[in-house]
Amino acid sequence: MPYNVKEIVANKPSRFTSGHRMCAGCGAPPVARHIMRALKPEDHAVVANATGCMEVSTFIYPYTAWTDSFIHTAFECAGATLAGAEAAYVSMKKQGKLPADGDTKFIAFGGDGGTYDIGLQSLSGAMERGHDLVYVCYDNGAYMNTGIQRSSATPKYADTTTSPAGTVIPGKTQCRKDLSKIMVGHHIPYVAQTIAYMNFKDLYEKAEKAIYTEGPAFLNVMSPCPRGWGYPTEDLMKINKLAVETCYWPLYEVVNGVYHISYKPAKKLPIEEFLKPQKRFRHMFKPGNEWMIEDFQRIVDERWQELLDLEEITNKNK
Amino acid sequence: MNNMSIRERLSGNEAAATAMKQINPDVVAAFPITPSTEIPQYFSTFVDNGLVDTEFVAVESEHSAMSACIGAEAAGARAMTATSANGLSLMWEMIYIASSLRLPIVMSLVNRAVSGPLNIHNDHSDAMGVRDAGWIMLFSENNQEAYDNLLMAHKIAENKNVMLPLMVCQDGFITSHSIENIELVEDDKVKEFVGTYKPEHYLLNKNEPIAVGPLDLQAYLFEHKAGQAEAMKNAKQVILDVAKDFEKMTGRKYSLFEEYKLDDAEIAIVCMNSTAGTTKFVVDKLREQGVKAGLLKLRVFRPFPVEEIAKALSHLKAIAVLDKADSLNAAGGALFEDVTSAMYVNNIHVPAVNYVYGIGGRDTKADDIESVYTDLSEIVKTGKIDNPYRYLGLRKEGDK
Repeated sequence: MPYNVKEIVANKPSRFTSGHRMCAGCGAPPVARHIMRALKPEDHAVVANATGCMEVSTFIYPYTAWTDSFIHTAFECAGATLAGAEAAYVSMKKQGKLPADGDTKFIAFGGDGGTYDIGLQSLSGAMERGHDLVYVCYDNGAYMNTGIQRSSATPKYADTTTSPAGTVIPGKTQCRKDLSKIMVGHHIPYVAQTIAYMNFKDLYEKAEKAIYTEGPAFLNVMSPCPRGWGYPTEDLMKINKLAVETCYWPLYEVVNGVYHISYKPAKKLPIEEFLKPQKRFRHMFKPGNEWMIEDFQRIVDERWQELLDLEEITNKNK
Repeated sequence: MNNMSIRERLSGNEAAATAMKQINPDVVAAFPITPSTEIPQYFSTFVDNGLVDTEFVAVESEHSAMSACIGAEAAGARAMTATSANGLSLMWEMIYIASSLRLPIVMSLVNRAVSGPLNIHNDHSDAMGVRDAGWIMLFSENNQEAYDNLLMAHKIAENKNVMLPLMVCQDGFITSHSIENIELVEDDKVKEFVGTYKPEHYLLNKNEPIAVGPLDLQAYLFEHKAGQAEAMKNAKQVILDVAKDFEKMTGRKYSLFEEYKLDDAEIAIVCMNSTAGTTKFVVDKLREQGVKAGLLKLRVFRPFPVEEIAKALSHLKAIAVLDKADSLNAAGGALFEDVTSAMYVNNIHVPAVNYVYGIGGRDTKADDIESVYTDLSEIVKTGKIDNPYRYLGLRKEGDK
């Protein structure tokens, strides 16, 4: 059946309820809600969260926004915690300690702090060991929960509270880490980059594939943060669109090592279009700082070309 | 006595691994660290040879070992692990989370000095670092006790009025790598004794989804911590009840502590784990010489048996508490503080001294223990304690 967002929203009740306390204009809740919708209605899920915005806003005792089973332990170990739950499932199912009918799926959500940085080891371990789970990184490019500190996912030149755009140092001086490629390096069956854009089709279909691919899967989902990025809350979808149309956030998937770019803009927009609406890049537009924009554009172009090359190389022998 | 029991010769690590095999937990998640490495090693062979139903999760760190145990236990499984020293240090964050989530995870802790500097040998600094973490802590003099304590662990931890994680301690190398005679219980009897784990609420119950590990703010956290404290108090009676059942099965008697020639003693040592064996040897020797020496070997360090210890030591003329970890607080070791505090609040005054000993695997010989009793006799004679916070076996200036 072809994807139809209206039908999905109408026919699949949200498993991530309203009443949570995430900010207006935050990119993460629509991501979580739509990924959870990709579950088959008859399947149960165990969801794990790394400590972060999502966790502290969706499960404040005694209230929870999650209708499936949910566990949060600490910041750096959503991967290992969920791996333990999955191992329990495998063991108990094998021993006949759980009902034979129906499946349980395992989905972790972590921000970029809990995934790219402090949780990288735990994530890597879970992926390498081959647990049947999906790890979703909602990447907002900084430690937003503690107040916008730079992470290894923060783009170059971004103004954060620990990489402030100062008079001597113009924001973050290092490039983003490419976590999706690190995950590809684990030779897991499914890795994808996606975003809530174009009726959420890309997000939904990749979530469905990730959840129903046997073995470990990783989804990297760009999730803008109005406070950290400095855009009006109603502009969330506009920011997502510009990230894709400038090729700042390419949409692609890697299935058993083979790259497939999900969307190639007919006309790649200049990176200024993405940078300009965000206060974190405001200093880049001051007279004399044009070189920063040029450098940023160069990085985006190089990464995009690299992706095109990888797609070509990995499809050669198919 | 149980005539059907199996006589074997095993190291402490083999004994622990054998207990785990007989318990047959659903999940074991562990990471190698000396001197406990052999436990997951032996256990992996049980898994790969089909002797257990366990999923073995070969994690990439101890932090992940405890995280995976938490995930597994919350999911409804029985989860176990083993570690030592820095491994426990790396788990520290998750140790507190395990107990706060009221998950009866069982750990075999093979005690070793915590870095730094790096040292792989035995002392109790690892265990002492988690003494306020809300885990039940049992100590074992020898391989037999390490085995027996593990067999009793789940019945204690999983009791409805307890629901707390539990660690069984034994001394690294001293017992973990020493082969001793041991009496094993038959597999089917262990299975029956340990029983199956039937959690009330668990993640994998799709008919009743639950949420575990909230943000728990000012309005509730205090009550939740008080609940943990209450469970720890409840654990004391449960430990005694389980010991009674265990005695019925094996004939081996366990309590909160062992009193060795203590009832008519005038001077006594309080200590834990393998040093108790050396101390018993010295007590016997001194008794032959007419010295009324005794020993209180603590088995249950958490919950701390406050009234029972105070009562058991009340008739003595002087006591020495041996701490195999220094608290670096300019006051004395943790066991010393707990024992003296127990006596104070029970209005019992017995002259007491503390000896920090055996740090980083420093050998503690019978002569060393005997010197403590000599000191105690001197205290009884003079009524004077110059310095209650002492070292035993520390190299003095000029010593080789």
